[in-house]
Amino acid sequence: MSRLYVARNTRVAARSLGGEMMIMSGKDSTLFTLNQTATIIWQAADGATPLDEIVERRICPEYDVEPAAALQDAEVLARELAAHGILDVSEDPIRSVNPPVNPSAGDSR
Amino acid sequence: MPELMSTVDCLHVTIEIGGMPVRVNTTDAGFLGMLEDRYAGFVGSSDHPAVEFDVDLANPESADPNADVRVTQRAGRWTLERGDFHAEWEPALRRGRIRQTANRYSIDAVLRIVHTLVLAQERTGLLLHAASAIRGGKAFLFAGVSGAGKTTISRLAPADATLLTDEISYVRKRDSGYVAFGTPFTGELAKLGENVSAPVSRLYLLAQGPANRIDPVPPGQAARELLANVLFFAEDQELVQRTFHAACEFVERVPVSRLTFVPDARVWEMIG
Repeated sequence: MSRLYVARNTRVAARSLGGEMMIMSGKDSTLFTLNQTATIIWQAADGATPLDEIVERRICPEYDVEPAAALQDAEVLARELAAHGILDVSEDPIRSVNPPVNPSAGDSR
Repeated sequence: MPELMSTVDCLHVTIEIGGMPVRVNTTDAGFLGMLEDRYAGFVGSSDHPAVEFDVDLANPESADPNADVRVTQRAGRWTLERGDFHAEWEPALRRGRIRQTANRYSIDAVLRIVHTLVLAQERTGLLLHAASAIRGGKAFLFAGVSGAGKTTISRLAPADATLLTDEISYVRKRDSGYVAFGTPFTGELAKLGENVSAPVSRLYLLAQGPANRIDPVPPGQAARELLANVLFFAEDQELVQRTFHAACEFVERVPVSRLTFVPDARVWEMIG
């Protein structure tokens, strides 16, 4: 089974406000508010860390869920975020590497 | 022998809103008089305008002021167009040209758009669908879509409040907070704001209800509602991102509350 890599799309603006991760598409000004799982994926989406590692290290300990089920949900979520232009998704590492975001400082400019 | 050449007087007026002087050049004395009347209280005398526009009074291809606004940028030149005007502006040169008929609404729209572009580019402020007023040396903003109560709250303002606008508020970042400026952009009240400014004390998100009350608004919700009330026209990814961050910064620095009110003057007992 191939691994999935995720990277934050640089054409969106993101900011953490009062614990909510807010993202605006630069293309059409659509505003998104991410839920907690999507926020974890967004913050860890550096283009180099495979999604299964993000799930195993960041999501499973947080929610006490089975890795296989959590990965399946995370893949669906990642592809939904990609469809909105928030994430880039690839089966290969993504070159425009973003460093992981510090959860306490979500400002992406 | 008849004169082969005649000089054309170039007339001008400087309109200063939000501390930004915009010089408008025209050869039409009637149009100049209309501008001086329209922007009374906002006419300045700066010799160093931030932007200078030459106005050609001519019929655009269509004259529909209800047509959609398009604001695009190419190679450093902005194009602003609506059915009733066509404008070009090069920020690097601080110069632009407007083609419109001799009416106040077209140049009003151009000025609003130019101010939003400058504020977005500099990330120093916002134009908001909000009424605003100064009371006790502090400015209060009342944001909401059409029908939310901007005109009503403005009409109910007591004598010791100075109205900055009943429709479009102008805020600029200053030090660790924001300053609200009066604007000539009016709503149903059709009364120009006073050309004064004061530090912003609070943003109220307006709602009409059975009793007067003030409730806190979480930062994320405040940002969502503020963004819905930001004036922004440009089809430009970079400026969209800058405006998003500017709105978020505003929410981080200025307290935001929901003001539910019944339409009578007692609501102002809670403000100030």
